[in-house]
Amino acid sequence: MNKVINTLFNPKVRSRTISFLVVIAAYVILTLLSATGHLSRLFTSLLVPVTAYIVAAIGLNLNVGISGELNLGQAGFMSIGAFSAVVVSGVLQAAGVGDILRLIICMAAGALIAALMGWLISIPVLKLQGDYLAIVTLAFGQIIMSLLNNSYVGIDSKGLHFAFVNNTIQMEQGGRLLISGPMGATGVGIASTFTAGFVLVLIALAVVYNLMYSRSGRAIMASRDNRIAAESVGIKVSQAKTLAFVTASCLAGAAGALYALNYSSFAATKFDFNNSILLLVYVVLGGLGNMTGTVIATTLLVVLPEMLRFLQNYRMLIYAIVLIVIMLVSNNEFLRLRMQMLRTRLKKKGAEADE
Amino acid sequence: MSEKTNQAPVLEVTDLGIDFGGLTAVNDLNLTVYPNEIVGLIGPNGAGKTTVFNMLTKVYQPTRGTIKLNGQDTAKMTTIDVNKAGIARTFQNIRLFMNMSVLDNVLTGMHNEITYGNVSAIFRLPKYYREEKEKSERAMELLKIFGLEKKADLIAGNLPYGEQRRLEIARALATRPKLLLLDEPAAGMNPQETEELMNTIRFVRDHFHIAVLLIEHDMKLVMGICERITVLNFGMMLTQGTPDEIRSNPDVIKAYLGE
Amino acid sequence: MAFLSYLISGLGLGSVYAIIALGYSMVYGIAKMLNFAHGDVIMVGAYVSFFAMTVAGVPFAVSVPAAVLVCTLLGMTVERLAYKPLRQASSLAVLITAIGVSYFLQNGAQLLWGSDTKIYPTILPGAVSLFGGQLSVSYLTIVTILTCILIMVCLMLFINKTRTGKAMRACSEDKGAATLMGINVNKIISITFAIGSGLAAIAAVLLCATYPSVYPTLGSMPGIRAFTAAVFGGIGSIPGAFLGGLLLGVIETFAKAYISTQLSDAIVFAVLIIVLLIKPTGLLGHKISEKV
Repeated sequence: MNKVINTLFNPKVRSRTISFLVVIAAYVILTLLSATGHLSRLFTSLLVPVTAYIVAAIGLNLNVGISGELNLGQAGFMSIGAFSAVVVSGVLQAAGVGDILRLIICMAAGALIAALMGWLISIPVLKLQGDYLAIVTLAFGQIIMSLLNNSYVGIDSKGLHFAFVNNTIQMEQGGRLLISGPMGATGVGIASTFTAGFVLVLIALAVVYNLMYSRSGRAIMASRDNRIAAESVGIKVSQAKTLAFVTASCLAGAAGALYALNYSSFAATKFDFNNSILLLVYVVLGGLGNMTGTVIATTLLVVLPEMLRFLQNYRMLIYAIVLIVIMLVSNNEFLRLRMQMLRTRLKKKGAEADE
Repeated sequence: MSEKTNQAPVLEVTDLGIDFGGLTAVNDLNLTVYPNEIVGLIGPNGAGKTTVFNMLTKVYQPTRGTIKLNGQDTAKMTTIDVNKAGIARTFQNIRLFMNMSVLDNVLTGMHNEITYGNVSAIFRLPKYYREEKEKSERAMELLKIFGLEKKADLIAGNLPYGEQRRLEIARALATRPKLLLLDEPAAGMNPQETEELMNTIRFVRDHFHIAVLLIEHDMKLVMGICERITVLNFGMMLTQGTPDEIRSNPDVIKAYLGE
Repeated sequence: MAFLSYLISGLGLGSVYAIIALGYSMVYGIAKMLNFAHGDVIMVGAYVSFFAMTVAGVPFAVSVPAAVLVCTLLGMTVERLAYKPLRQASSLAVLITAIGVSYFLQNGAQLLWGSDTKIYPTILPGAVSLFGGQLSVSYLTIVTILTCILIMVCLMLFINKTRTGKAMRACSEDKGAATLMGINVNKIISITFAIGSGLAAIAAVLLCATYPSVYPTLGSMPGIRAFTAAVFGGIGSIPGAFLGGLLLGVIETFAKAYISTQLSDAIVFAVLIIVLLIKPTGLLGHKISEKV
């Protein structure tokens, strides 16, 4: 018994337990609400996108919070996952694969292709440091969007057809376009469900936590805290950072696939620079390195603009003000010190009670 | 000491030198460290002591000369290779992983000793648990040597200065070095802490059978535990000898006090 | 001859980027922050000069100083209210706040002035005809390029010759040491924001004179482009921002003319990445190595 209590009070075990509990509780409550018809259509429609953003944000937090590298192109990796999923889904649909299996394969494909791209991109990106690294991730995000905006993919009985910049695809009768340039993905067979999103969030949390509290996770955090000291104990800093970056892109890819199969059509601009920035906002508001925080912040900030709909035109203005005020308050030195004092006092009281 | 000098040296530095943009920072340095020896590197501020450490650990690439570690030339090695080959160090301006726990700092030092891969970690295979348990136990033993076992779960950045310095040594030892480089280990410590540190350094040397090369301004510590001392001045080797010889050398006194 | 024509219009566009990038770079150099709201200051400048001309009916020459004045005050106010309380906070916190400010300005503009696109009046019509009519360069392009050069020269003189300029350089090197030398760091940062925002207003007017549409998200793209230009040249370096802006404008124009309009974005950013791989701190940026 004592051992169980001790394990629970280990900060590492505690933070992951809380994360899982929060996610599971949210899932149960929302499923119940939705089953009893207490959830508005608007909220129901947000369930899958929220889980997709949570997964991408968890990945980004690994990159920004744990690895300490600013990434302004996470939405780009989401789009790679999304568009890969659209193509794979098209092929699977033609082959008559069932929805659940199709979704699983699409998420795996999206994750894999995004991870591969992440790895390719990390080779030049991680040679740079600080804000230069950040701008290169921004640049890659823009390039990916621009390329996808000019891609055309079609499928017919002969298989897949690709075209670039101009739609020169000629297909047999019965063929259909999967991706059509600036119009984006079209005719996607919807397969994503809230349950699938929930499972993906759990997987993302498990992967990130298990990685964090392992040899590689320590190497990633050590490289963040002190590059030179990390090398002095034999850690390959670039390797550690690559692992974080690739895992982040992999999760974004899976998230993109989940997102993609939730809509029958969407454009590449769904994953533009503003979306990368939004993901970053979720991560920073949730707390760097704090995965539970990321889950909560993402949910609140995706839902908030919808809750503010009654404010009509003032909605985004209020959203902006809320964002600024949160940053100012959470970084206020005076408040921070007060909180710290309060915490030590509580801890002292707890210790006295123990004795 | 004579029985030590009979053994093959751990570190053999010949005619080592480095220039920074045409300015010679260190020149013609010769230094040998034998197994189980504690050697001091002293000299006035700006003499190039830390630069020597940075060359030994390949933070800087030397311009001239050779560094041999257990008879192996380190010319082509990186900082990481040098650590794997058996040199671990601490830093003058403490470089801990400040946002990680005390225990994790030491565990990070065992990075290259841990054999489970990312797959074992992500799927939490038995290998992960077995190895993490084993390494944590060794890390706790190391922390015990430095009196930090009760602080294992604290964040390193919240430790007081003296404890941070000790943790840095523990982390360096976690890499199982053959040669430990200590850059001003007693800086900022009070006389009592310094006394304890001297005992710890001796204990570490005997317990782990390693050689120690240390930079220090605290003459009581240097004279107290070093078996041989090398004196640097203006990037050049001024003299080398036993503590007694150094103490009575007029050149050394002149270098420290000025003409 | 087409080449020369593209080059000149590229330099014209590049001059606008350069003026914005100068503001970006100065703020980065001194406050060490990526001010993502900089682009939206341009948008405000564009609206101010637009309304000054169309509603208040003042001539173009008067609308420019009006826009500069409003933007300068706006820049200083934003700095005072949103960024100054975060001087000790992490750079990410400041970045997110800047994003909040950017949303605020965009949505504020939309509420105040509507989301429809307004057509900016024609400024300086006409062109110079060169080489017997083979090459025509609009007056506007000439004015834009000259303005940019003038601003660049003035800024360099200001930074290198005046007391305030020297204090700015001191602050960008080491704020702590600057404070010890009796420099009021807060005041210097405020002045930097004022100058950067004033420049943004000038860029806004030149931009709208070239592309005459005014809308709430007008500043986003030039903002990102100018940020890219600043990094391209070496962020924090004033000549770097100038060079980066011009090069970016020329590359963009050439990419549109010779390769593909749709892919110009991808090409510009690809060139940026290549430059950074060869020179990791931009064209004129210098490397700061950590002391061990």
